[in-house]
Amino acid sequence: MSATDSVFGTRARRTLFAPIITNNPIAVQVLGICSALAVTTRIDKALVMGAGVTLVTACANLAVSLVRNYTPSSIRIIVQLAIIASLVIMVDQFLKAYLFELSLELSVFVGLIITNCIVMGRAEGFAMQNPPLTSFLDGIGNGLGYALVLLLVAFVRELSGAGKVFGFTVLPLANDGGWYVPNGLMLLAPSALFIVALLIWLLRTLKPELQEKD
Amino acid sequence: MEHFVNLFIRSVFLENMALAFFLGMCSFLACSKKVDTALGLGAAVVFVQVLTVPLNNLILRYLLAEGALAWISPAFQHIDLTFLAFILFISTIAAATQVVEMVVERFAPALHATLGVFLPLIAVNCVILAGSLFMQERDYTFTESVVYGLGSGTGWAIAIVAMAAVREKMRYSNVPDGLKGLGITFVTAGLMSLAFMVFSGIQL
Repeated sequence: MSATDSVFGTRARRTLFAPIITNNPIAVQVLGICSALAVTTRIDKALVMGAGVTLVTACANLAVSLVRNYTPSSIRIIVQLAIIASLVIMVDQFLKAYLFELSLELSVFVGLIITNCIVMGRAEGFAMQNPPLTSFLDGIGNGLGYALVLLLVAFVRELSGAGKVFGFTVLPLANDGGWYVPNGLMLLAPSALFIVALLIWLLRTLKPELQEKD
Repeated sequence: MEHFVNLFIRSVFLENMALAFFLGMCSFLACSKKVDTALGLGAAVVFVQVLTVPLNNLILRYLLAEGALAWISPAFQHIDLTFLAFILFISTIAAATQVVEMVVERFAPALHATLGVFLPLIAVNCVILAGSLFMQERDYTFTESVVYGLGSGTGWAIAIVAMAAVREKMRYSNVPDGLKGLGITFVTAGLMSLAFMVFSGIQL
């Protein structure tokens, strides 16, 4: 192992930080959009979802990478699914035990982390070819990149839709004697698509090499 | 009967998997460039959904729910295995897609030629797992789960075919560079989703 391959070497740092912005799973790789849109009406939901996905991606990457040399390629998908599903069960049980209200609101979306393309995509695309530690860092990086977009979208939606940040009123609503008239569209599902589209537009204008030719 | 019709209509339009819950977005965006492909994937989803939701319903009812194991022995009366639902559901789905693929390949080669490539993909499509999870959350009976499977699959298929049709037309439009491809697809999906919200006014 050369110096650049060690835990805090440049390669490891790139593995960890590249997915957060330059190779963001949602905005650039287009993975894991399903849940990104549905849980972003409030910041606390987005935070819990982001934390859950980060944890699952990192641990799944680690576990898949550890068994990668013993997994026959014909059954690798089901091995990955079994590992991921077990991790998601742990996250789900934890949420039910300690954050029951929130777990009710997230409803099926916690279970859907199993089929979240980020988790599967990183396990299949990265962890199957890389050593455990690097895979673990890659998982954390991708999870954080996902969480970042989620928080950003949730921030915009909660602020403009309900005048709140993290449940605290920032913009006093007109109904309660304040001045801010909330934008109801922001609480509806389609707004998440528009916000992500704007985000992608912004990112691709800043980094023209990401633009699609077609 | 009316109850089932209502359930069907609700799962196709009001609670459209793609446009109201944003499920199966990855393949919704990736496979919606051409109507033919979208049609194939849509058909495969309906097929697998109708198969797996009732199957998981049976698993839930006779293996996992509290007291479900009582048919083996009364001693198992108090066992509650619902926490295993995720792993069993996803295994059922993976196995079902595998079996479906083999059966279709053996008995309907023509269908396999069109659906074939999509079937393995479907195992990790959120729509399929979400169908089973919603079935569990809403406590559907067996018949309801058949109807719900059909409805939610059909709803998703309609959405992706409509999306593909819009995208085929969009090839002739002048889209800003940064929005090309993915970005404009998101905006289109958002507008379609807004249009589908019209249905939420229906009282069933």
